[in-house]
Amino acid sequence: MTTVRQRRSETVLALCLIAPALVLLTVFLLYPFFKNFTLFLYHAPPYPGLPSKWAGFSQFFDTISSTSFLEGLTATAIYTVLVVPIGVFLGLVLSVAAHQKLKGMAIYRTIFATTAVSSVAVAAIVFGTFMNPVLGLLPWLGIDTNPTILQNPTWAIFAMAIIGLWQFIGLSFILFSAGLQSLPEEVLEAAKLDGASPAKAFFTVTIPLLSPTIFYVFTVGVIAAMFTFGQMDLLIGPGAASAVHVNTLAYQIYQYVVTQPNPGVAACISIALFILTAIVTLANFRFLERRVNYDV
Amino acid sequence: MTSDLAVREVASPKNSRARRSKFVSYLVLTLGAIVVLFPLYMAIVSSLLTPVQIGQQPPLFYPPSPQWRNYGDAFIGGHLSTYLWNSVLQTVEIVVGSVLTSLLAAFSFATFEFPLKKVLWALMLATLLIPFEVTIVTNYQTISSTHLLGSMWALTVPFMGSAIGIFLLRQAFLAIPGEIREATILDGCGPMRYFWRVAIPLVRPQLAAFTVIAVLGAWNQYLWPLLLTSNDEAHRTLQIGLKTLNSGTFEGYGVVLAGAMIASVPMLILMVVFNRQLVRSLTGGAIK
Repeated sequence: MTTVRQRRSETVLALCLIAPALVLLTVFLLYPFFKNFTLFLYHAPPYPGLPSKWAGFSQFFDTISSTSFLEGLTATAIYTVLVVPIGVFLGLVLSVAAHQKLKGMAIYRTIFATTAVSSVAVAAIVFGTFMNPVLGLLPWLGIDTNPTILQNPTWAIFAMAIIGLWQFIGLSFILFSAGLQSLPEEVLEAAKLDGASPAKAFFTVTIPLLSPTIFYVFTVGVIAAMFTFGQMDLLIGPGAASAVHVNTLAYQIYQYVVTQPNPGVAACISIALFILTAIVTLANFRFLERRVNYDV
Repeated sequence: MTSDLAVREVASPKNSRARRSKFVSYLVLTLGAIVVLFPLYMAIVSSLLTPVQIGQQPPLFYPPSPQWRNYGDAFIGGHLSTYLWNSVLQTVEIVVGSVLTSLLAAFSFATFEFPLKKVLWALMLATLLIPFEVTIVTNYQTISSTHLLGSMWALTVPFMGSAIGIFLLRQAFLAIPGEIREATILDGCGPMRYFWRVAIPLVRPQLAAFTVIAVLGAWNQYLWPLLLTSNDEAHRTLQIGLKTLNSGTFEGYGVVLAGAMIASVPMLILMVVFNRQLVRSLTGGAIK
């Protein structure tokens, strides 16, 4: 019934509706992402305004084998290892404990979700205050605050990780709670009726059934952790971050854009970080396909 | 009588086990809640202390004489009133922009057949894989080269397109039964009229979910406002304002913490009021 003219006007309308989103996503995500792959081939000029010098692939390899990059990679990796497994575990335990029709559960749910809506700046300020030697809490607990945690090359990364962990628990809890609600209630009930102890039911029934969620939360956590830099910036700053081993790769990108502008190097680190996240995501998906129980 | 006894005999070991597991649950949850809330509680207490009281040994776990003036100082001396307004403006612009563009694009993808539809859809989905952090080199140059720099638009325009929004809303539009659309066509209702009058009201739950997560994301943004407003006090947002407040410690930690509380209260209210929408959008259909 539809005539050619009608079809054509419908196509025009369809494309017009897509246009605003498409233009924005192209200009602010696709274009700058692919621009990295030309930027990384050029050295930044010694003075702004001079033409960029061709570097080829050498700049990329120089960058990713540089000490500062490897330090950033190490800091990012340690941070991720400190935050994600513990955050996944705590979120899982808390959500299982809260997955019951008991009095007061709504209050607990709200409490755990608060950390997921707290910004990195708020979390950093809240924790940073307690890590401050001027304030009373740490000395009172008998923790030596000289040098302060934030100036301590060994402990600064742990301080950063506690902040990230606190934020991640909320998200982990929310995702696991949703995962638990989607599980078939009969199976969990059946395990209880069969006389399985809560601990046994948790390990033999809940965890296998929840494995897709576990891997999802894990992936979300790893990707978020790999791009962390907010608490480093707010509490430590670009100058000192490297000295106390918390100069993560995402923070280095920021520094090469603003504090010591060098688009070529910034693009190299962006590409490396993107490749790393892509590998993590793909590895998780492969693992997910092979090991995870989807037959619910 | 006998049957009653029998029931009790069978029930009692189970009952005690159920009671024990209930007890363990409450114990785990209460411990978790204390660990999660303690830092926030101490922050609230300390935001009401004088500089001398904050440094006191042993520390104070309650404010003996609440210093509400810390909040006033944060607002006025710390310029938080300006930053708060900027954050509100930033959030409104990003949310209105991304909700509108996502609604239009999602509706189009769900409703019409057109050439290149598959390619364009793949392009949209591909942007989901690009973290904003790896685009800042060029975005900073792009924004610097336009006259947007030095206005709120520089902070908001880059986030007015949202692949997540398009994805969530397209699912919602697709879930509308085809008969509804056919019925409106028979009534002589054009596609845009159908969009505003019929389709949008039907996807309201998903629209609310996306709006909530868009508000949260915009309000809590750190990287992009940091790039643009570290040296631009007039457009600085609350999150970056906290950083400057924290580095200029002459205000006292009570004032800094008061600022942090001011920045978190709106999102805490949002979370309590729209908990269902928040959970729905955070899980985004990714949970089986």
